Amino acid sequence: MVRVGVVTFPGSLDDRDALRAVRIVGAEPVALWHGDAELHDVDAIVLPGGFSYGDYLRCGAIARFSPVMGEVIAAAKSGMPVLGICNGFQILCESHLLPGALTRNGGLRFTCVDQGLRILDTSTAWTSAYSTNQEVVIPVKNGEGQYVGDAQRLYADGHVVASYLGRNPNGSVGDIAGIRNAKGNVVGLMPHPEHAVDALTGPSTDGLGFFTSVLSSLVGA
Amino acid sequence: MSGKRVVVDVMLKPEIADPQGQAVADALPRLGFSGITGVRQGKRFEIVLDGPVDDAVLDMVRKAAETLLANPVIEDFTVRLEED
Repeated sequence: MVRVGVVTFPGSLDDRDALRAVRIVGAEPVALWHGDAELHDVDAIVLPGGFSYGDYLRCGAIARFSPVMGEVIAAAKSGMPVLGICNGFQILCESHLLPGALTRNGGLRFTCVDQGLRILDTSTAWTSAYSTNQEVVIPVKNGEGQYVGDAQRLYADGHVVASYLGRNPNGSVGDIAGIRNAKGNVVGLMPHPEHAVDALTGPSTDGLGFFTSVLSSLVGA
Repeated sequence: MSGKRVVVDVMLKPEIADPQGQAVADALPRLGFSGITGVRQGKRFEIVLDGPVDDAVLDMVRKAAETLLANPVIEDFTVRLEED
């Protein structure tokens, strides 16, 4: 069975939802611990949302140097699928696994909405279950989710995975909601697909695709 | 060189929007502080060191600033020795 690890840092909030999403799509969820420099034979990794280390210094700046991250960075560089959601996206940028940075929302307010997104790139390990330009609704909730980076280059290279539809919730350059690395195994996403996997608790089940994608990419491999 | 404290100032790069500084700039005129045309908000770190601060120590602090205290993608920093 495909094993998908979810790292819990002190201050992670969405690790349980991410583990649940992994279970719903039929993979084996594996809880990973920030202080444990060990990936327990997982096939893919999710860095969940939350406020790791209280967002001290900068969001993700302390988590990036936690013991488990040395292993995550090495695995990501060797091609293992890694998805960073919200705080996880911030950690991936701080780790230089993804370009750019995430800063305080343009409007200064914490934002929490069911957000329309357009999936632009379906070539990644995490988005192959979607169709190009598919419109989805997935919650976004952040205080420091304003993506800053070279949007023109990211679009030209096809590295923008998802963009905001309608209202831009945080002032991200180029309406960027998510990006990927050149290989396509590392994806960072501000919205929370793990909160959109069950009609009872989410606005849709549109988030399931991120988890089914990685499952099929690993089973097919 | 004498002194045991090195100060690292971290500021968002000029081209990066600073909504916190902007909010402060917007509040000041309402409180009667006039003539202020802009505010940028940053962070100050006071690094306390054991022993004399020479160039090698300053280089180490610079490396620490680059590695952890600042994110060079969005922030600039300066390092200076503060005399007692």
